[in-house]
Amino acid sequence: MVEFALPKNSRVSDGKTWPAPAGARNVRRFRIYRWNPDDEANPRLDTYEVDLDACGPMVLDALIKIKNEIDPTLTFRRSCREGVCGSCAMNIDGTNSLACTKFIDEIKGDVKIYPLPHMPVVKDLVPDLNQAYAQYAVIEPWLKTTTPAPARERRQSPEDRARLDGLWECILCFCCTTSCPSYWWNGERYLGPAILLQAYRWLADSRDEAAGERLDALEDPFRLYRCHTILNCTRTCPKGLNPAKAIAEIKKLMIARRV
Amino acid sequence: MVARSRPLSPHLQIYRPQLTSVLSITHRLSGVALTLGTLLLVYWLVAVAAGPQAYEAATGFIGSWFGRLLLFGWSLALFYHLCNGIRHLFWDMGIGLDLPSVYRSGYAVLAGSVALTLASWIAGYGVMGGN
Repeated sequence: MVEFALPKNSRVSDGKTWPAPAGARNVRRFRIYRWNPDDEANPRLDTYEVDLDACGPMVLDALIKIKNEIDPTLTFRRSCREGVCGSCAMNIDGTNSLACTKFIDEIKGDVKIYPLPHMPVVKDLVPDLNQAYAQYAVIEPWLKTTTPAPARERRQSPEDRARLDGLWECILCFCCTTSCPSYWWNGERYLGPAILLQAYRWLADSRDEAAGERLDALEDPFRLYRCHTILNCTRTCPKGLNPAKAIAEIKKLMIARRV
Repeated sequence: MVARSRPLSPHLQIYRPQLTSVLSITHRLSGVALTLGTLLLVYWLVAVAAGPQAYEAATGFIGSWFGRLLLFGWSLALFYHLCNGIRHLFWDMGIGLDLPSVYRSGYAVLAGSVALTLASWIAGYGVMGGN
């Protein structure tokens, strides 16, 4: 449902400021969303002054520096630090990206960091992704076949394999899904760009034999057709993929099988 | 310990407006504007049917500066909705969905709708002599 304002318990107030150490010359302010489930307070925006001369180039470097040297209570997910795991997806400077592949230099002024938008917050920058993962299960993301398995693997021509390029690279960080206003308002029923790109990844696979069944499952006013081609998804994907294009291809398949 | 209900992370409040989302919401708003503008058209048609006095009042209102401002907004909404609608038709065919094309077509729609609006008003004033 469309609700523009945040619920009462979610409104963000100003928080603490952690000044830079004396003598720091290249200081940037990081304004970071904080929420702790163990106290009674609303979310707040804490300000950390970081000496960039003593910090790596990426936003994730700054977050780790803050956690190590300034405030160990700051909570966020991170793992690979090279854009392949998708853990450190968050809203940085107003758009969703991976903290590990986002240069601090790209951002003008204070660096504002929030959790992925319109998601329940577990703590600080950690969103609850259970709904998105459940939606991933809905599209049954595995190879489905009816023909008997061949003696060796199911073969695929280089051309057919190339049709999966731009799809298989998705790391399920949900930057796109949580940038989508349609998902904000109808996330309980609309699958969102990340999951629909995955749905198309299986529809486009020459070895898969369940296209009809997959399309049946998507033929729904909400699951697929809440996509209004806003294109925030393609705009924000940190891997440079194109979920909007994948969704358009699914819609085309829907029409093609009717005529 | 009682589990506290989780807050909802900020969304509209913090997400940077971009050409993609701004043109999309403008498409919807211009659609709403067109629907409301149709009421003005209905009012004019009813006035035509109701007789000379009502017609006089209607043209008086529509011809006033405020009425012309409404008409100008309506025509802008019409041309924007038309141009962006054509953009959507291409997208529905899977054409022009890569990011550079999306930005090019977006700016083209903006320029096109302003140009068409101005052209029709200039033509209108030229033909009607400003009346």
